[in-house]
Amino acid sequence: MLDAEILARIQFAFTVSFHIIFPSFTIGLASFLFVLEAMWLRTRDDTYLTLYKFWLKIFALAFGMGVVSGIVMSYQFGTNWGPFSEFTGGVIGPLMAYEVLSAFFLEAGFLGIMLFGLNRVGPKLHFLATTMVAVGTLFSAFWILSANSWMQTPDGYVIENGRAVVTSWIDAIFNPSFPYRLVHMVLAAYLTTAFVVGAVGALHLLRDRENRAARIMFSMAMWMAAIVAPIQIMAGDMHGLNTLEHQPAKVAAMEGHFETREGAPLILFGLPDMKAEETRYAVEIPKLGSMILTHDWDGKITGLNDFAPEDRPNATIVFWTFRIMVGVGVLMALLGIASLIARFRHKLYDCKHLHRFALIMGPSGFVAILAGWFTTEVGRQPWVVYGLMRTSEAGSPVTATAIAGSLIAFVVVYSIVFGVGTAYILRAMNHDPRNAHVPTGEFLRAGGRQLAAHNNPQAGE
Amino acid sequence: MDYQLIWVLLIAVAVFAYVTLDGFDLGIGILFPFIKNPVKRGRMMNTVAPIWDGNETWLVLGGGGLYAAFPKAYSLLMTAFYIPVFVMLLALVFRGVAFEFRFKSKNHQKHWDIAFSAGSIIASAMQGAMLGGFIEGIAVENGRFVGGAFDWLSPFSFFCATAVVVGYALLGTGWLIMKMEGDFQGNLRRLAKPAVIWMAANLAVVSLMTTYVNPAYAERWFNMPNMAMMAPIPLITAGLLFWLWRAVSHREKTVFGITLGIFFLCYLGFGITLYPNIVPPMITFRDATAPENSLAFMLVGAVILLPVIFAYTAYAYWVFRGKVSDEGYH
Repeated sequence: MLDAEILARIQFAFTVSFHIIFPSFTIGLASFLFVLEAMWLRTRDDTYLTLYKFWLKIFALAFGMGVVSGIVMSYQFGTNWGPFSEFTGGVIGPLMAYEVLSAFFLEAGFLGIMLFGLNRVGPKLHFLATTMVAVGTLFSAFWILSANSWMQTPDGYVIENGRAVVTSWIDAIFNPSFPYRLVHMVLAAYLTTAFVVGAVGALHLLRDRENRAARIMFSMAMWMAAIVAPIQIMAGDMHGLNTLEHQPAKVAAMEGHFETREGAPLILFGLPDMKAEETRYAVEIPKLGSMILTHDWDGKITGLNDFAPEDRPNATIVFWTFRIMVGVGVLMALLGIASLIARFRHKLYDCKHLHRFALIMGPSGFVAILAGWFTTEVGRQPWVVYGLMRTSEAGSPVTATAIAGSLIAFVVVYSIVFGVGTAYILRAMNHDPRNAHVPTGEFLRAGGRQLAAHNNPQAGE
Repeated sequence: MDYQLIWVLLIAVAVFAYVTLDGFDLGIGILFPFIKNPVKRGRMMNTVAPIWDGNETWLVLGGGGLYAAFPKAYSLLMTAFYIPVFVMLLALVFRGVAFEFRFKSKNHQKHWDIAFSAGSIIASAMQGAMLGGFIEGIAVENGRFVGGAFDWLSPFSFFCATAVVVGYALLGTGWLIMKMEGDFQGNLRRLAKPAVIWMAANLAVVSLMTTYVNPAYAERWFNMPNMAMMAPIPLITAGLLFWLWRAVSHREKTVFGITLGIFFLCYLGFGITLYPNIVPPMITFRDATAPENSLAFMLVGAVILLPVIFAYTAYAYWVFRGKVSDEGYH
């Protein structure tokens, strides 16, 4: 029988994993819509407006699902993690309050105008609304990653009467892992969106290589893949070094190192066995592990055995989620390089192999993001706030039955709702983007009356 | 500065903003069983489609603000209301996605109408039941919740739930009377009449029961000079209910306005009954507070950002003002 703690952890992992899929898509998509509308206003090329409308429908669906799954998160701290809430309320609470005040209201306030208001407010104010929504998604990322980073690398606080009290807000917000995590996650969100956009562009190019809307989105996405994927790999490396400095046990688990060694190998594959304290069937490259982590062939790498057994994260999980993330990242960079080669040979819109590769890579960003978050969150265990509060001390006094019941309810409801929602999104992506077209002159002349129905993505369907 | 008092008031304002703003869009879902025509239902939803997300953000601010400013109260209340909180959240999930999903598929439109309507009704009922459980009090010993999972369920919380459901339905009706014209507006007016009577009876029951739930509440209301000072609250409420009953048959904007007034007075009465407790019957907001510097830090953000939020929220309402049938939706 599973106990309350593990059930509460599964429930949090389940709800937050479902949730993160939507914001990581909408952070990138909001910025993409911002670029599309800016291009439209600059060039007055209707294809950009067509693309804007095409992606706006998808954005509305994804954003709605992000909102409703996010409200659940804001209450789950209290329902399942009461003692954690009391301990961290004075630190994480204000960061989340700033997120609500500076980001959620901004997004929600301008979302209606963005979705339904083009004819009512005109292109310039509408562009302002798109900008505000895009800025809001980035503010949101800033605050929530600051809060998460504080749980990973707490700073700027003292413990008073059994709770954390902030002594320096600058140190608490800009805690040691925050800059790395923020950059890594925002780039991840942009890449995720780029690969979805690239896959949709590729799908429509495979059907008709003359489709201009598909050409534009595919080209934009492949520039992102070629430029941002390599930057992301570098950012990830820097984030890893930061983790080595502040959470060495996590890095040891990610690398599958149990014994502390100088000149440690890089273990490519293997099966970390927590009980036997060794990584079985290891395929390794001598000394490369030390080189990557310490930039010295004979650098010393601390293994998991140097930590007390009750302080070790589960290497079996973390070792593999980390490899999935890195593997997907390498594939992303490969697609970027392949697209550059095709582009310089003037074959970007003609190479079917490239389009098929891009199509398969459509969901890759989501896989990498989930694998990455599993790595950093499972790797923080057994701590909920690293070094300060154990996960086992953080749970509410709720019975296992109540948690199991709510967990089952979440699994059922999320499967139905987000399954159907994802199906609607895929269907919208499958539509030819050229059909999202509304002639500019026509809707500007119309002054917002007759064509309101077209501008309302819900009407007329 | 008394940061604790400022924050308890700010959270009270956020909760009231939530109750009234999401109240009228939840009310639209509550009205769905009485309006069968799918085109009319679509029009009803479109009156709130551009703004419902902002309305629901106040719920996040209420929860997030409580976590930040009074973490102990947040922890205790969420644990005590574990079941109704989760039922409410799942109902809000169904209801929220229905705004988008309803228009994506003709075949499944009926299913999403049911999801929207049932989600709205269940979420409202859970909010009412939690209000009842809150007034009745939470079993706490040594700072830990020691009650049962169903402590919130009682005859009193049942009446609170029905009061909230009918109250939201009235807010929704008032909103739609402003937004609709002609025959459909007439339908809404006919629906509103019995709802006003139900609301009046339900409020009377809940108010009287409140004084029995806890002797301290009766003492607060019936002791002199409190009784004389606070008597206007129930008296004005009764007057507003009577005015509402007359206004529903011919007024346009007044119906929504009067209903807001009734909500405000009920909320005020609720606040007076419970002050200064944030986890009744024993824990005051001062017992449950976060560190002073957390409250001060957040207040800087609230003072700067809340006026900005009010401004652009008002702008969004202004952009989508007016009758919806004029605008060629559908």
